[in-house]
This record gives sequence, C-alpha cells and structure tokens, in this order.
Amino acid sequence: MRYEAPDTIKAAVGLLSKAKGTSRILAGGTDLLVQMRSGMIEPDLVVDIKSIPGMREIVAEKGGYRIGAAVSGAELEEHGKVGKMWPGVVEATNLIGSTQIQGRATMVGNLCNASPAADSVPAMIAAGATARVVGPKRTRDVPVEDIAKAPGKTSLAKGEFVASIFLPKAPARTGSAYLRFIPRTEMDIAVVGAGIALTVNAKGVITAAKVSLGAVAARALVVDACAKAIIGSSLDDEALDRLAAAASAAAKPISDKRGTVDFRIKVAGVLARRAAVIAYDRARG
Amino acid sequence: MPLDANTPDLRTEFKSVGTRPNRPDGVDKVTGRARFGADFALPGQLTGLILRSPHAHAKIKSIDTSAAEALPGVKAVITYKDIPEQEGCDKDVLVNIMARGTALYDGHAVAAVAAVDASVARKALKLIKVDYKVLKHVTDVDEAMKPDAPVLHPGRFDPVDFSTLENAAHVSGKEERKTATPAHSNIAGRYVFGHGDPDKGFKQADVIVEHEFKTEATHQGYIEPHACTASVSSDGMAELWVCTQGPFMVRDVCASLLGMDVSRLRVTPSEIGGGFGGKTTVFIEPVALALSRKAGKPVKVVMSRSEVFRATGPTSSASMWVKIGAKKDGTFVAADAVLKYQGGAFPGSPVEMGAMCAFACYDLKNVRIVGYDVVTNRPKQAAYRAPGAPMSAFAVEGVIGEIADKLGMDAIDIRLKNAAKEGTVSSYGPTFGPVGLVETLEAAKAHKNYKVKLGKNQGRGVASGFWFNFAGNTCVSINLNVDGTLALALGTVDIGGSRASMCLMAAEELGISYEDVRAVIADTSSLGYNDISEGSRVTFSSGLATIKAVRDLKVRMCGRAAKIWGIPEDAVKWENGAAHPAGSNAGNFPPLSIKEIAAQASATGGPLAGHYEINAEGAGPSFATHVCDVEVDPDTGAMKVLRYLVVQDAGKAIHPSYVEGQFQGGAVQGIGWVLNEEYFYGKDGTLQNAGFLDYRVPVCSDVPMIDTVIVEVPNPGHPYGVRGVGETSIVPPLACVANAVSSAIGVRARTLPMSPPRVLAALEGVAASKA
Ligand SMILES: Cc1cc2nc3c(=O)[nH]c(=O)nc-3n(C[C@H](O)[C@H](O)[C@H](O)COP(=O)(O)OP(=O)(O)OC[C@H]3O[C@@H](n4cnc5c(N)ncnc54)[C@H](O)[C@@H]3O)c2cc1C
Repeated sequence: MRYEAPDTIKAAVGLLSKAKGTSRILAGGTDLLVQMRSGMIEPDLVVDIKSIPGMREIVAEKGGYRIGAAVSGAELEEHGKVGKMWPGVVEATNLIGSTQIQGRATMVGNLCNASPAADSVPAMIAAGATARVVGPKRTRDVPVEDIAKAPGKTSLAKGEFVASIFLPKAPARTGSAYLRFIPRTEMDIAVVGAGIALTVNAKGVITAAKVSLGAVAARALVVDACAKAIIGSSLDDEALDRLAAAASAAAKPISDKRGTVDFRIKVAGVLARRAAVIAYDRARG
Repeated sequence: MPLDANTPDLRTEFKSVGTRPNRPDGVDKVTGRARFGADFALPGQLTGLILRSPHAHAKIKSIDTSAAEALPGVKAVITYKDIPEQEGCDKDVLVNIMARGTALYDGHAVAAVAAVDASVARKALKLIKVDYKVLKHVTDVDEAMKPDAPVLHPGRFDPVDFSTLENAAHVSGKEERKTATPAHSNIAGRYVFGHGDPDKGFKQADVIVEHEFKTEATHQGYIEPHACTASVSSDGMAELWVCTQGPFMVRDVCASLLGMDVSRLRVTPSEIGGGFGGKTTVFIEPVALALSRKAGKPVKVVMSRSEVFRATGPTSSASMWVKIGAKKDGTFVAADAVLKYQGGAFPGSPVEMGAMCAFACYDLKNVRIVGYDVVTNRPKQAAYRAPGAPMSAFAVEGVIGEIADKLGMDAIDIRLKNAAKEGTVSSYGPTFGPVGLVETLEAAKAHKNYKVKLGKNQGRGVASGFWFNFAGNTCVSINLNVDGTLALALGTVDIGGSRASMCLMAAEELGISYEDVRAVIADTSSLGYNDISEGSRVTFSSGLATIKAVRDLKVRMCGRAAKIWGIPEDAVKWENGAAHPAGSNAGNFPPLSIKEIAAQASATGGPLAGHYEINAEGAGPSFATHVCDVEVDPDTGAMKVLRYLVVQDAGKAIHPSYVEGQFQGGAVQGIGWVLNEEYFYGKDGTLQNAGFLDYRVPVCSDVPMIDTVIVEVPNPGHPYGVRGVGETSIVPPLACVANAVSSAIGVRARTLPMSPPRVLAALEGVAASKA
C-alpha cells in the first residue's frame, strides 16, 4: 500500500487519476481506517488530503460558508457562526461518534463513505448544500443529494474528489434541525434520520421547506411530499400529521440487525414531525 | 499459641476490614503500566492467526495447506491432525478448539498459521483451501428440539420421549410428538428439581399465571480480547503467558489436550481486562502451544473482537415456561417450570443451574422444575456471571410481578410473604442456613428510590435474585520479608479487586497496616492447584485461606518469640501486630513486633512463612433485590432507565467499594441484556453483529448511577462472615426492567431483548386491541 500526502489539489487529482487498483482519499480516516483494519478493503493507494492548503478552513462566501473537506466535526462546532446559521447541519455532524471521533471525522468523509445512515447528509441536503468536486477534467458543484448513489457507491468519477461543501446563505426566518433514532444514547448508527430546513414569513406561515430522510433507503431521500405537507401551514397538528404520513410513505427501508421495516417506517414519521417542530421554533426565533 | 487454626471464629469487630483503601493494582491500570494478555513479547516471536469456518454447519471434506506452507515467512500451519486425540482428554474441548471433520458453528476454528508477522499470516490464511459441504443448521433452541431438526452429533444423544414426561406440552407440540420418533436428537441432558405435588398445589390457588418466555444469547463483553504467548522448547518444556480466570485450569487442560506432563507447562496469568466467566475455558491457548511446538519458536495469538464474538463462549439463549399459583393473600401454593437452554454446539448449557436458581428465592411447598440442555450450531457457551440464573429469574420474577398486579399487592410485600429464610427447604434441595433475602427486601422498601413519585410513561419494577456461590480448591502462601512487610502469593486471578481484599484480611488478622501487605498472583509452578476465579469464590475461599495462612504464620512467629524469650510456645500470644507473653506467669517481656521478629528470623531458625490449602465449603448464598424506574417513549419504543437500586447481602463487605462495584457491574450487564444485547443470526446461521457497533452493550450515558445498599448477614462458613457477591447482581435486572416497563406502558415483555422495535410493536398491538 502506498500512502501519499500531496500539498496541492492538482497533485492529488494526478495521483488518483493515474492510480491502478483501489485508491482511497483519507480525510479523518474514521471510516477508512476501520474498514482497512477489519479487512473490508485493502487499498493500493491512500491519498491524505489534510496537507492541501484550504482543506481545513471554513470561509464566508456569498453570505454562506464554504467548508474545507478536511474540517473536523469539532472544528465545525468551534466555528460558531456556521452553527448559528445552520444548526441542523452542525448538530447532525456533531452526533457522529464521540469526542475522540469528532476530532477527526469530517462531513465530506461522512458523505463520500456513502452510508445511507450517515448523519450529516440529510441535514446538508435539507440546507441545500452543494459539494465542490475537483477532478482531471473540470471542477463542478453538485447538490449533496447527488453524491451518494447506493451503500458505498458515489457518483464521483475516477480522479475526482470533493474539495469542499458550500452551505448557502440561509434566508431570513429559517430554521433547521436533524434528529436520528439510535437504540443507545450515543456511539451508534442511525436506524432512521430526519433532516429539515424551513422558512416562515412574518406571520409564521411556512413558505419554503426541504426534508430529507436517512437510513430508510439505499441513500438519503429528498421527500418533496413532506415539504408540500407543511408549506402554507403554521405547522398545526394536521400539517404535522400530513408530514409524518408523507415521511412514513416515502420510507423504503429493510429489516436488519438495526431495525425492522415496520419500525423504521413508523419512526421516520415520528422523527420528521419532531424535527419540524424544532426547526419551526428556531425559524420563529 | 492458644489459637486453634481450624475453628472458624466469627469475628465482628474490625480495624482494616470494611475500609476503602486504593487497590494495589490501581496505579498500574490507570497509567497503562499493567501488563495484559497481549503485552507479553518474546524475542523471535511469531504471529499466530486462526482460520475459521464461514458456515454454521458444514462437513470439512478436505483442507489443503500446501500453498500456505510454501509462502515465505510462514513457520507453521496446523489443523486438527497436529493435535491428535489424547486418551482422557475432554473431547468436546478438543473439538471446539479445532474442528475435526465437521464445522459446527460460524467461526469454528479449522486451521491455524504462525508467521513472521501479521500480514504474512493473513496472506497464509487466504492460501489455505478448505473444501466444505454445507449442511442444514439450527440455531434456535425450540427448533433444535423438533424431531426433524438437523442433528449436530449423530449417534450421541438418544431422543427424549416427551409423551411419557410431565410438562411435555410445553416442550414439544402434540403434532410433533405424533411424528415418527427420530433416531437421535440435540437434547444433551434433562434435569429435574423440586418437591411436593405442584398439580395438587395449583388446585388451592386463587390466581394462576403462566407464560412462555424467550431470551437471546448475550456475550460477557469483556474489553480485553483473548490473548496469549506460548513458547515450547525443543526439549518439550513449555511456558504460556495468558489472560485467563484460571491459570491452573489452562495448564491442566492444555497439558491433557497436547499430551504433556503437567510439570512441563508453566502458565503465568496476566492482568485481566474482564472475564465475567468467559475466560474459564481454553480457546486459543492449546492452538498457540501447538503452533509453537511445530514452529520451534514463541507464538503470540490475539483474538480480534469479531473472533471473540463468533468463537468464544457467550451464554445460552433460552425458551421457558413458568406457572405459579397463589392464594388471595399472596401466598404461593405451587410453582412449575420448563426451561430449555441451548449451549451451542456441545453439551453443557447452564440449564441445570438455571433450574436450581429459578425458585430459590421462595419458600415453596410444591415446586417442580424441568430443564433441557440442547445443542445448536452456535459457539460453545461459557460461563457468564451466575450462569443460567438470569434467564430463569426473568421468567419467574415476571410471573410474580403479574401475580402481584392481579392481586393488587405491593411488589415487595408479595416477595416478603414468600421469601426463603433460614430453615427454608430450597426448591433445589438443601435447607438454607442464615440468608439475607428478607433483609434486602426490607432495605429496598425503605430506600428513597422506592418512594419517588413517577410521571407519565414511567414505571417501577422489582425483582429478587439468588446465587449459590462456590468455594473450592485454594492454596495460599504468605511470606514475611526481612523488614517485617509481607508478600502474599495467591493462585486466584484478581477479577474484581480481590488483591485489595486479601491484603485487608491479612492486615486485619496480623494487626498491621494494609500498606505492609502486598499481594501477587503467582504462576502455576509457585503454588498448589487453585480452582478458577469463578462462582464468586475468590474473596470467600482465597480470603479464608489467607486468614488461615496468616494464622499459620502467627503460630510460627509466636514460636520464634518463645525461643527468644526462652519460654514455651503456648505461653505466647499474638496481638496488635506483635508477640506478647500470654499472661503474667509466662514472664514479663516487652512485646516483639513483627518487624523485630522478621529482623531476627535468620538467627532464630530461618525464613518465616505461612501456608494454607483447602477444598473449601460453606460459601453461603447471596440474595439480592433490585428496584428500577424506567420511562418509555411511546412513539419510538425507546427506553430510558431513570433510577436503579441494587440491595444485596455481602455477608461482610471486606472492601465496600469493590462490593458496590460488583453490584453496579452486574446490574449494568443485566440492563444491557434486557435492552439491546443479542446474538443476531442471519438465515444462513452466521452471526450478523460480531462487533461492538451492532452488539450493543450499554454505554455510560445509557445508565444512571446505580444506587447500592450493602446488607450484611454474616456467613457462618467464613471467619469474617464473607459471602461472594460477584454474580447475584446480574440475576434480577432482566425481570426488574421488564416489570418496570410493564408498569410504565402496560406491555409485558416476555421476549428479550426489549429493543425499541419490539416495544413499539407490542405497544401498537395493545393499541390495536383497544381500538
Ligand atoms: C466509533 C465510531 C462512531 C461513529 N459514529 C458515527 C455516527 O454516529 N454517525 C455517522 O454518520 N457516522 C459515524 N461513524 C462513521 C464515520 O465517523 C463518519 O462517516 C465520518 O464522518 C467519516 O469522516 P472521515 O473524515 O473520518 O472519513 P474517512 O474515513 O477519511 O473517509 C470516509 C470515506 O470517504 C472517502 N472520502 C473522504 N474524503 C473524501 C473526499 N474529500 N472526496 C472523496 N472521497 C472522500 C474515503 O476515501 C472513504 O471511503 C462512526 C465511526 C466510528 C469509528
């Protein structure tokens, strides 16, 4: 196995483009190293992106924030301002693992590992985040929901990797939240996750919303029916019932060691409802 | 000295005993200096890895190791052929450490390699070609008892004719009994306990409750995986450094499996990162020795976590039926139970002990328990803290909870009404001596937790539990150092702070300070045989032997004082850390302190040491009562344990902090068993959750601080009144939490774990039946 730590994006892309066999980007390594140790994968090339300038920075851009691919959960939390604007995203990222894991784990690693249960992903999707993908041919900005395709599979082409995540400026009176269900209180993988962002007008009527569900399909889902269920309402009980029903209807989970189909369907509705209430309260300030 | 070293005098006044000094192994453990199983290294040592069956049940048609042997860096490859069967060895253990012709469970060892490093060893494993013929498998205990189940050991166990047995209906459906009797079965044993006539007893009952229960297998979940380093020399002398609860057991079993004289194998136990019963047998040790013997070099074998789950010894899963009848005033008139425990691919599930413990808390005139030991395609079970008892207590205490609800009786009052006391003929035979169940029930009732008002979706549960406690073979030496300090050599591995307790007992007996006694766990060549650290026996047995060894030393020290003073030996007594003339007519000499006697030891006859060995009896059972409050989220089935109280009889708490630690540890393991822990098998019979991510032991934030109350009803079998406390604490929690859930949401949990999907499904079932 070859380990490289290039100091430019160009060099990293060059290494990845030319590599034969299996190659992997190393961000925090909290997925990659575990997979290597357990014998799940044996990469021929590992490219560590942490030495590339900018990868560990968060910069203000167009009223929103651009977050480097190697920014850890702890760094994201310490930044403060990102969390003020998009509390759902930062809370979701901070749910990952433990204090030790937070020191290393990144949102981009969470995204590119392409687990349907990744916690930060539904929250990023709800916030309308985009991933900046660099590669041998061009640089492109891709909605976060289009990165993961199936468990362990992404839409990234050979030589491509994600350099940063962009969280757009949140409109006035916007609130966001992410909730997950785990059987324990921490150190666990989401059985269901629900991320939501919504915007209200001065009267408290919801004018825009985006809802994403995790761990109930092969990848995080964007559920337009959930957004429709609450847009135009003041999140009264009926709107919440419609939201929960839409979330349950959209869930297409499997039964496994972590939960049953019936359980995941029911709880998708419960969490969507509870996350909406939090986001709504935040939007109204 | 006028002290008869053989009469147990029950001491009630203590100076050292009952205090809470730091444990002697504490600093090493918190600074990382302590050496655990994987911390031993020898020059030239090889890495040993084990190839394991990917199938639950398969015929091994052939094993081709030639490619692995040809790989540079590989020094030995072994299969069962390298461990030929020795006369008199335990055949089940032999087959379990290395499959012989048939792989009996997912993870069963099939071959092993020793290579210069781990990466070569991993490559070599991949080069071993095993030709399997996959067979039908069975992992569920009820399925394994059916006449058409795949038989694990053809020709070994005769079928059981249920039509002639009591409780047959609860063992096997009528339909099945009509089908042709199979030639062989998976039922390895049947145990019956009880007295009186339950059928008659039930006729006097005003209320009868009976139900079926199921529990899933759980793992002890010790932090430290099994690890050992073996070194066999060219003249056949061998040494083994290993993480185990029983170095003498490891020595004797390995010697017997490998055909060695016991004297040729010396075993040194490491510090132990948890065992809870799981390290009371051998897995990798004989394999490491066989590899080292073949390679001619030391070999270290360290299990991965996934190997620990797949191929060590979790406890049994169980399927049970319990029926209890009571009078209106709560008096139990009859009790009946059928217990079926699968113990993995070999006989030996703890169903016998489960059956003995099931009703042990209660004074019953009519009681019957039948237990079946069943084999399945799972790893061979090993002991897990009070083996067998938590499951049967789950069923029995659950039924009692329901009877109390039906009669509108307080959960503690109904237990007080029926509690076993001194003189009660236990359901498994013996008559109890002084025991502390009533005291634990009364202390629980008086505790503040029992009075906290509960909110919405909250509930309270109560359960009691029993464990026998064992005593057994123990051998202890205490050596007086030249400066008057002492070295205490113990043969029982310290799995719960026992070195501190032994030092406290030695200090107490000598009348000196705790800091002056230092305990070590000796290797197998330095002491006589000691039984395993199991059965809550260590503080009782090694404590008893320590006290007796100190008394032996005191006799010798008094003898030296007599020599110095020129008076008869029996004119000297020991008091407050010094020899004194026994009375005024013995002479008027100033006392000789232990330091002075030590300084003169060489001049008065040589080194001073005390010694004691015994096959101890009289361990004295420990009873407990637990009280738990939970809150259930009715929308998700998630459960939060709000408060948890353990009240248990310790006889005499030598080191109260470590007694409390045992109470808390057992309770938390029990809570894990109820909430989420389970062996989760796929349709193909392979384990789906062989890691701590999906085998969910509770994390810190899952449990509240466990409150404890130590009850002390002295055990007359020990000079200080000690009872073992290590195991009883895991017996009540399964039922205690289940009873709390039932009181919170009206759903009776009879299948464990009560994971959120199960609780939610049960809640929806209740809602649907109301609608
Ligand atoms: C103890 C523990 C607890 C955990 N708990 C959680 C949890 O609660 N919730 C949760 O969602 N996850 C959890 N995880 C998984 C993991 O921590 C997260 O997925 C984390 O966000 C991964 O980030 P990383 O930077 O460590 O990724 P890495 O391990 O470095 O990478 C993950 C994958 O993404 C690829 N990759 C990384 N960066 C890029 C990039 N810039 N471009 C393209 N591909 C890239 C890597 O090649 C690799 O395949 C846990 C892991 C552990 C060990």
